[in-house]
Amino acid sequence: MPDSTLRRGVFTAIGVLILCVMLFPVYWMINASLQPSGNTLTAGFLPLDPTFAGYRRALSEQGQNLVTSMIIALGTVVLSLLVSAPCAYALSQFRSRWVGAGLLAILVSQMIPGIVIANALYTAYENLGLLNSVPGLIVANCSSGIPFAILILRSFLQSLPASLVEAARVDGAGLVRAFVSIVLPISKNSLITAGLFTFLFSWSDFLFALTLTTKGDVRPVTLGIYQYLGTQVQNWNAVMATAVLSAIPAIVLLIAAQKYIAAGAIGGAVK
Amino acid sequence: MVHAPTRPSRSEAPATQAVRRAGGRRRRSEDLTKLLFVLPAAIAMLALFGYPVVKNLVMSLQDYGLRTFFTGAAPFVGLDNYVTVVTDRLFSKALVNTALFTIGSIAFQFAIGLGLALFFRRKFPLSSLLRSLLLLPWLLPLIVSSATWRSILEQDNGILNRSLAGLGIINEPVPWLNSPSVALIAVIGVNIWIGIPFNVTLLYSGLSEIPDELYEAGSLDGATGWKAFLHITMPNLRAVAGVVLVLGVVYTIKVLDIILGLTGGGPANATQTLATQSYERSFVDFKFGEGAALSNILIVLSLLFAIVYLRGTRRAVDE
Repeated sequence: MPDSTLRRGVFTAIGVLILCVMLFPVYWMINASLQPSGNTLTAGFLPLDPTFAGYRRALSEQGQNLVTSMIIALGTVVLSLLVSAPCAYALSQFRSRWVGAGLLAILVSQMIPGIVIANALYTAYENLGLLNSVPGLIVANCSSGIPFAILILRSFLQSLPASLVEAARVDGAGLVRAFVSIVLPISKNSLITAGLFTFLFSWSDFLFALTLTTKGDVRPVTLGIYQYLGTQVQNWNAVMATAVLSAIPAIVLLIAAQKYIAAGAIGGAVK
Repeated sequence: MVHAPTRPSRSEAPATQAVRRAGGRRRRSEDLTKLLFVLPAAIAMLALFGYPVVKNLVMSLQDYGLRTFFTGAAPFVGLDNYVTVVTDRLFSKALVNTALFTIGSIAFQFAIGLGLALFFRRKFPLSSLLRSLLLLPWLLPLIVSSATWRSILEQDNGILNRSLAGLGIINEPVPWLNSPSVALIAVIGVNIWIGIPFNVTLLYSGLSEIPDELYEAGSLDGATGWKAFLHITMPNLRAVAGVVLVLGVVYTIKVLDIILGLTGGGPANATQTLATQSYERSFVDFKFGEGAALSNILIVLSLLFAIVYLRGTRRAVDE
């Protein structure tokens, strides 16, 4: 029916328009990052004369900070998944009156402002010597990673048929072995999903970077951008280039996680 | 079976007992293993949430300041910190701003999010691709969004003012982030932009779960268009909408990154909220007792909202 085809075409056009409006700031960030140095805000709508001067400056001044952010984010992913996966399995498969309490605790934890955690961790880290340290920031970032990973993994593991693990148990596998050799491999996709999001939370962290570092030696890139905003607004191309570099994980996740979220439902392993 | 009976058994009873005992032992050791599954997470949750909440409560009752870090002394001062922060001339302003910021953000995020979710429910080519690309603003680091919007909203050369002037909508550049009278609106606008994708995603999944049969049956009774929306979509979307709103408020009320990145609470404190005030007291003035008192007020507000809301919806469901 040509009429309905036309209608659907119009809808697609409207959809593209909505997307253009919503993503304009992202485009503008990229555009501004390619402008010559100086006050690039006078930039036109297209980077007709693109230069990578902003990126050169960003990489020389913020390169180390990008590496720091990467190490912290990867550390947060590893620690969060190690802690969350067994707990998510327990919350989904073990029958206990504590399950409800555990879930409630996780939900209530979402109401606690980061500043409360920062207040307490600052004073504790001061005594433990964890201020200005990568491990200190990894632990702090787990406060967003762990609850989220538990919820994601649990919702997947709930659909896991108990018979799978029981079969292994009958063959003599202990609880731990069954978990490691059966549950974890089946959960690969949801582990990746939880890991990608945890990475992103930690990579995006600004509050803990701001409050739990006092010197310049450990400085995640979010803090680097913040300090740029305070001092470097004459070099918008470098600020925007750093912003673009910091946005890359989000863009990659958007493309990669699409697949993993779709595959999140129980895969071919059971069927 | 370490303790298997050594003496020859006259009957089967002791043997079965032993098996049962061994089974009990295995169950106990398995209970221990099960505990080990939860223990790391329990410790992490206690350290990252339990300890901070308790520590904040204690700190809020102490004169916990810069001196404390040198001398270790944090004298108990009762409710002094709460009195100090509540009677501060900025408190009512921060409270009003927090309310405006939260309500303004949530209302528009939800309305626009619902509109877009309804739009994307129509089947058209590229619909799901466009919908997933729409998530990008939500996934970007908040400080990246803040930096980008600062460049867009810049008063003299920002693209927004240049475009508005070019279209003849404004004569004078609008000082989006530099004027106390518009800064809060600009900050709310940016936060709406950040929150739309989250609302679209959750509301879209809520809409997808409403069975098509309901609309088919409704259309037989003449419920189409607005009527279908009011009598079929809205009631069936209630649970999901509730989750979106509660989560939205709980997350928005504590927003800090965006405001610090855009305005730092200024100009002339026009964008100070309870969260930014709490940050400033703790980490700029190093008055941790007062900062803790403010953040505790923030938690209580958040909890109160969640409880009132959940009560309300339960009553609505009961009726």
